[in-house]
Amino acid sequence: MRSLIEKPVAAATLALAMLAGLGMAAPAGAQARGEAYAAAKAQGQVGEQRNGYLGVVGSQSADVRSMVRDINNKRRAIYTSKAASLSSTIDEYAFTTACRLIAETSPGEKYEGLDGSWKTRGSGAPERDPKCP
Amino acid sequence: MITCNLTTPPFAAKGTRTVRRANLKQGKGVRSVMRAMALAGLGLGVIPMLGGCVNVSAPDKPIVIELNINIRQEVIYRLAADAANTIEENPEIF
Repeated sequence: MRSLIEKPVAAATLALAMLAGLGMAAPAGAQARGEAYAAAKAQGQVGEQRNGYLGVVGSQSADVRSMVRDINNKRRAIYTSKAASLSSTIDEYAFTTACRLIAETSPGEKYEGLDGSWKTRGSGAPERDPKCP
Repeated sequence: MITCNLTTPPFAAKGTRTVRRANLKQGKGVRSVMRAMALAGLGLGVIPMLGGCVNVSAPDKPIVIELNINIRQEVIYRLAADAANTIEENPEIF
């Protein structure tokens, strides 16, 4: 009898957990970085530039290049509206965001160093512009 | 006798004093005036050289002028918190 009671309880718990998991995953999946973008970033095909826009590292496929262009257009739209509401320039807002984005890069990801070349983020702090907050 | 080389350059020495003054007023003596000034300048230039040597050496490193005036430092600090929020709110493009 004990097993008969426990089994449905366990099953119900499992079902609840799965539902909760799905419920949590759905909105996060809709917002989180796309698969292609996440892969390109992790593989170092794209990198964070100092101007707040994503850059293509070396020569990449047309898919990667068009994805970068698309992301940068969206970024620019956000920078533009934010800059206007905070009475700064688009460049200033983009630069400030870049400071943060470069600081937040994970080891292995690419970012633009102070000399303008692509650097791979190591375990230590990345090279950052002295103007960064 | 030539009284003073600075005020009486050889090429202007043929006229009398009154004539030279007249020339000056008419603008014809500009060259002589300039020559006098140049000679005076030479004389002034010689004095410090006699007193001692002044060495001017070029800096070892190139002079770098920061032209990146589009980015204002005080604005960057003001925007920092907002930029962090923007990144968090738009993970699909950051």
